[in-house]
Amino acid sequence: MNEYTYPILFGVIIGTIARMIMLKTDYRQYPTYLHGKIIHLALGFIAAGLGAVAVPAIMEKEFTAITFLTIAASQFREVRNMERNTLSELDGYELVPRGKTYIEGIAVAFESRNYLVIFTSLVTTLSFLVWNVYVAIIVTIICYIIIRKIMSGSTLGDIVDIEPSNVTFDGAGLYVDNIYIMNIGLPERQKEILEYGMGFVLIPKTFDVRSTIANLGQRQAILHDVSVSLGVFRDSGTPALVPLIKRDLDDGRIGVFILPQDKDVEKAIKVISSVPVLENAIRMPSESKANQKE
Amino acid sequence: MQIEKAILATITTNKQKVTAGASIFICETSEEMEKVAANLEAILDGISHALSDELYIIVKH
Repeated sequence: MNEYTYPILFGVIIGTIARMIMLKTDYRQYPTYLHGKIIHLALGFIAAGLGAVAVPAIMEKEFTAITFLTIAASQFREVRNMERNTLSELDGYELVPRGKTYIEGIAVAFESRNYLVIFTSLVTTLSFLVWNVYVAIIVTIICYIIIRKIMSGSTLGDIVDIEPSNVTFDGAGLYVDNIYIMNIGLPERQKEILEYGMGFVLIPKTFDVRSTIANLGQRQAILHDVSVSLGVFRDSGTPALVPLIKRDLDDGRIGVFILPQDKDVEKAIKVISSVPVLENAIRMPSESKANQKE
Repeated sequence: MQIEKAILATITTNKQKVTAGASIFICETSEEMEKVAANLEAILDGISHALSDELYIIVKH
């Protein structure tokens, strides 16, 4: 036991708890229960340890010890690769795949959350050492608020208006509102689609949003999330029964065609509006210099 | 270049409309055509698209 024991212990515990808070398993069921979680809790513990030890190392004038943070960085980049590989492998067996953009978003989140853990235990240990345990607790609360803020990105409900719409056939062409979705030849399939299909039109609230919802990865994410939450009327070997999203080129609206097992319009709107806006899909045409001159 | 979509089969009631290419199934009636198309869709894991009332194609997407 020395004067660093309690601060380091405090930092490690707070860091690990922070990782636990960030590891909320929701409707996505990822990471999967227990085993997947243990991997991330263990990594979170390591991250917390690294963050907590960094401060005493500096105080003891062991500046070279800081270099191990670079090892941590490469370690957590590996986490991102691991997540990406696992999810890509599994995606081939999903009835409605997540899509690469969604997977990349999840992988990035896993990496960055480990850095948040390092940051949390670093500042809490620091404040414990410089001031006392009470200040450290206040800092912990501030960190918690920051983490919650960083964790929750915007959702689709913030950027688009969602309107339920009719699914219709014009000859063999399937339409949601006036947006062409696909050609379905067999009358039998058409009947199934009219019976089980649901249509929604997402209307972008601003010009920037048009390019975001046009992103194919973002569209796939919508389909995946809806299929997870409401079920999907499809099986392998029925490629005609596929949820799809197409775009109206004139005004950037997108037509969402889904085949839910649970045909509840209110619920579907709620699910669509809580689909995360993928970081990698966000575009800001209004920030471009060409647009600002006007 | 990788070809992502391909016509796997053509089903028609009108011989005049098609020549060689993918396998062609010539049917007598439109009911028969629909039945053949539905079967082929399931077997080939493709989607039946109607080009006209007398011509269906099975496309692998």
